[in-house]
Amino acid sequence: MVKIQDLKKISDYEWEIPKAFREDMRVPVRIFATRRLLDQVVNDNSLEQAVNSATLPGLVGYVMVMPDMHQGYGFPIGGVAATRYPEGVVSPGAVGFDINCGVRLLASSIEREAAEPYLDRLATMIDAYCPSGVGKAGTVPLKETELEEVCREGARWALKRGFASEMDVRRTEEGGRLAGADPAKVSQRAMSRGKPQLGTLGAGNHFIEIDMVEQIFDADAAGAMGLREGCLVVQIHCGSRGFGHQVCTDYVKSFQTAVHKYGIKLPDRQLVCAPMDSPEGKDYLAAMRAAANYAFANRQVLAHHVRRAFEEVLAGQLDSFHLHQVYDIAHNMAKVEEHVIDGEKMKVCVHRKGATRAFGPGSPDLPKEYKHIGQPVLVPGSMGTASWVLVGTETSMSHSFGSSCHGAGRMMSRSQAKREVRGEALREELEKGGVHVRAGSMAGLAEEAPSAYKDVDAVVEAVSGAEIARKVARLVPVAVVKG
Amino acid sequence: MSGFEELDHTADWALRVWAHDLEGLFIQAAAGMFALMGVRPGEPLSGSRQIEADGPDDESLLVDFLAELLLVNEAEQLALAPTAVSLRPGRVSAVCTVAPVLEQEKEIKAVTYHGLEVLQRDGNFETVIVFDV
Repeated sequence: MVKIQDLKKISDYEWEIPKAFREDMRVPVRIFATRRLLDQVVNDNSLEQAVNSATLPGLVGYVMVMPDMHQGYGFPIGGVAATRYPEGVVSPGAVGFDINCGVRLLASSIEREAAEPYLDRLATMIDAYCPSGVGKAGTVPLKETELEEVCREGARWALKRGFASEMDVRRTEEGGRLAGADPAKVSQRAMSRGKPQLGTLGAGNHFIEIDMVEQIFDADAAGAMGLREGCLVVQIHCGSRGFGHQVCTDYVKSFQTAVHKYGIKLPDRQLVCAPMDSPEGKDYLAAMRAAANYAFANRQVLAHHVRRAFEEVLAGQLDSFHLHQVYDIAHNMAKVEEHVIDGEKMKVCVHRKGATRAFGPGSPDLPKEYKHIGQPVLVPGSMGTASWVLVGTETSMSHSFGSSCHGAGRMMSRSQAKREVRGEALREELEKGGVHVRAGSMAGLAEEAPSAYKDVDAVVEAVSGAEIARKVARLVPVAVVKG
Repeated sequence: MSGFEELDHTADWALRVWAHDLEGLFIQAAAGMFALMGVRPGEPLSGSRQIEADGPDDESLLVDFLAELLLVNEAEQLALAPTAVSLRPGRVSAVCTVAPVLEQEKEIKAVTYHGLEVLQRDGNFETVIVFDV
């Protein structure tokens, strides 16, 4: 068990577990957090899991952990690890089962006050158009060949089908399409699960939320993104559904034998990995990219349905019902990127699990309208609390492989949340606070209670204190739709 | 003595399972997993379903077996309850009763290997399985 006294303080916002902490560590662990946030996680296993992750072959720099960290299954949530390309490893467990789980933000010039009489009906229509919960079929059933195209083209498939605009695609991480995806490396089982599920939200912590821009901290960046104080925005949080879960399940299984083949010893079997230049590593990367593209297409289809709901409810009632895309980012992904490490520019595979990319200003990967401000970083808070829009910085590029936090981060177990919170009571409380709620399961609602999460404002203070992201706007919820 | 109980885990679900033999451990793990998902089964359907899984050791067999059950649950909206489990090196097969799902509160994304170890103590088998939800 890692204790506070094992950590070396680098600054008020940065801590280190030195490589000497455990014999099998290949690199140190760097934690971005305040002392108060650290105290909240020291009793779960997240720091232990970060130490375990620091044993992966081919790591460079540090294993990093973001302030919204909490224990996961193998790799900690909030973890970032980079391995040297191509001989370093790729680990499916360090990406997670929900490949390219991520967040999309749509913005509007609809003032909350003017929209107030329509919010309840908006929540109802979004709930009707975007299937959520367990076992719900999607709105765009796919044939095998079309699913293969989704795997290869991601959000670009949606553009061709009329579910997206050019601007949507441009304002999506990687242009909504990871190159090098190969559906032939995806099992038949994953294909079968993927066909009926496109355009579904799923259950668990996934949601669609209408928020209001409460406060703007950086007028220039907010202006570039089209964020206006007092106006409505929409967040969509979901991933690659059963398709991605099956891809990860298949490769974690096959890598159980691959690690023996390559003589890799690990402290946790969920961390299994294979060199990127091995046949196993190449196959996983090609399948993972297919699942990532599926997720980009999925969030795009959901965005299309949200826009339909806005049009249906608000057209003819208000001046505008238009929603434009601010950005779409992944928070479970492995990507080959170029970074400067110890003064040397090198290609690395950055694993981000419960952490987002946060590229700074000038990055060639950003759309031209965001080049001067940096990449938008979307940080949804827990249900009923605030969310944040940030941007990546020069420091994130030099300090955290261009990465930042992804949310509030859990601190209470699901079973404890269920014991302490009743779903019905929580819904009433949210509604009293002016948040319209549509939830498929009251038990599921209780598990996602705000009291089960850390304070998102404290998480954002930590990344902004460490300068790996900068504040742009704070959002507050007005309607939540979840499975 | 056999059974299962939910343990506290910050983000996911952890299930402790115990039984007097390895076959019983598989049966309890399946029952625990469907209980965690809040599955309410209807009247059992006639006939049974054979579930097969493979893996190099007990832990891999258990993960693969539960993953197979999840797959059938999602694809066919069925609740499965293994009644007879047969184990041989590298393979498990189970006969399951099946029933339509009347209600299901939550979904499990996957079965993980995290910290998974099938332990044998005083002639009893025990393990803790972490599920991604």
